[in-house]
Amino acid sequence: MKKILSLILAIGITAAALVGCGEEKTESNGGTEGLSGTVSTDGSTSMETVIEFLKEGFTEKNKNVKVTYNPTGSSAGIQAVSEGRCDIGLASRDLKDDEKAELTGTVVAIDGIAIIVNKENGVKNLTLEQIAKIYKGEITNWKDVGGADAQIACIGREAGSGTRDGFESITETEDACKYSQELTSTGDVIQTVANNPNAIGYASLASVKDTVKAVTVDGVEATTETIQSGEYKVQRNFVMVTKTGTELSKVAQAFFDFATSGEADSLIEEAGAVPVKR
Amino acid sequence: MNKAKKLLGLFEKTMHILFAACGLVAVAFVLIITGYLIISGLPAIKEIGLKEFLLGKVWASTATDPRFGILPFICTSVYGTLAAIVIGVPVGLLCAIFLAKMAPKKIAAVFRPAVDLLAGIPSVVYGLVGMILLVPAVREAFGLADGANLFSAIIVLAIMILPSIISVSETALCAVPKEYEEASYALGATKTETVFKVVLPAAKSGIAAAVVLGIGRAIGEAMAVMMVAGNVANMPSLFKSVRFLTTAVASEMAYSSGLQRQALFSIALVLFIFIMLINVLLNFVIKREKK
Repeated sequence: MKKILSLILAIGITAAALVGCGEEKTESNGGTEGLSGTVSTDGSTSMETVIEFLKEGFTEKNKNVKVTYNPTGSSAGIQAVSEGRCDIGLASRDLKDDEKAELTGTVVAIDGIAIIVNKENGVKNLTLEQIAKIYKGEITNWKDVGGADAQIACIGREAGSGTRDGFESITETEDACKYSQELTSTGDVIQTVANNPNAIGYASLASVKDTVKAVTVDGVEATTETIQSGEYKVQRNFVMVTKTGTELSKVAQAFFDFATSGEADSLIEEAGAVPVKR
Repeated sequence: MNKAKKLLGLFEKTMHILFAACGLVAVAFVLIITGYLIISGLPAIKEIGLKEFLLGKVWASTATDPRFGILPFICTSVYGTLAAIVIGVPVGLLCAIFLAKMAPKKIAAVFRPAVDLLAGIPSVVYGLVGMILLVPAVREAFGLADGANLFSAIIVLAIMILPSIISVSETALCAVPKEYEEASYALGATKTETVFKVVLPAAKSGIAAAVVLGIGRAIGEAMAVMMVAGNVANMPSLFKSVRFLTTAVASEMAYSSGLQRQALFSIALVLFIFIMLINVLLNFVIKREKK
């Protein structure tokens, strides 16, 4: 009898907890009513986090709007928008001249990547070229770049990661990096660099904490300002691509306006990117 | 009276169906998972080519000219598992002998729960401790740039397989009839002689089952290994960062797409086949024990 009683109790509590969960969702209501439809985005895999945050922020206000995201890669996204297969193309690089003929690129955010080393490491500055050489395995000892006599351990992200793609394309080390560890999250990279005095790593600027030291690149410190001004080199633009002269659908235009407005800045920061200077 | 009997009969029948249904659930899931793995794993193998996939030495899934060779993962998994067995089996076996035959009752009463607890520790905890303590220690001890390598993974795996080896082989040792030992003592053999010459040979198939179980556990482990092995797709070498079959799937799944994703399913299929083979081996060993 006791057992049955406790079972009923347990079920009751679980049910109550579940009901509680359900209620939260229906609570917040408001925002622009009437806007409904689907916005399709297609392109850069690196922009996934940014788009997810923008999408959440936008659909919170516009409950009837659905934002889809198809992670195909920058070039595929640019092609998709030029062929009209999606509303907004996403590219984690600037448009090339021939693409600019019929497409318009609008920078929504900047991807700033900090180069981090262990706090005990004496190296304060690295040039972009030195960073590339370290990751390619051409420089293997810290003493060659002004540090102590110790081997360098290159920490990076897994294949497919947007940060890795960004870092490798900026330093022009695509497919040539000799990693000593490939980790699956920014947090892991920071943690590993914090624990290993020989390590060098890269991570989105927003997630770098004071457990590690960010080196200056070509003498420029990585800050929101230097990234916005373009002085800090390890950065690239996150671009929304639209067809020049073709009007976006009402919902797509609303999403585009939202993403490029100051309203989106905090979301972009949360996503680990740097907002554009306005 | 008759009514009660009828009711009871109905109840029995319902319960019978319930038992059968629950039994079916397990079988159904095995079939679904097997089917799904085969269906989603084959296309990439077909596209890449079985030989290139299994024997290719380069894995560069997101390169401009992608290569999908999983030989580094297979070799790493095999080497890592074998080395973990080589370290873990002697330690585990001797511990089991201690618990079953040597230890005073009071000490065994403390040791046994400790071993059970070791089995209950989640693998992510093994990984975490390995990452924070073992990896830096390996780096310092061998003067390496980085301690996340095959060696660290082997140590973690060897510790992780201990509990299964200890508990299964202890059961096997305890199952050896007392008369064997008594006969051995009567002939003037010492305790150590009795253990190694009488008890161990008598329990050998049970111990073999323990070893196979340990292999299964080691080859299927992902989380702990991912945190200490470095995860770079190198051909295995003791002090190099390596990637196992399990971690190859786990580490790239999050952002994968297209052929890369399909290839990850193919790796899962290969891993699944490995585990199947080990299970078949385990069944074979257990069956032989029964005979």
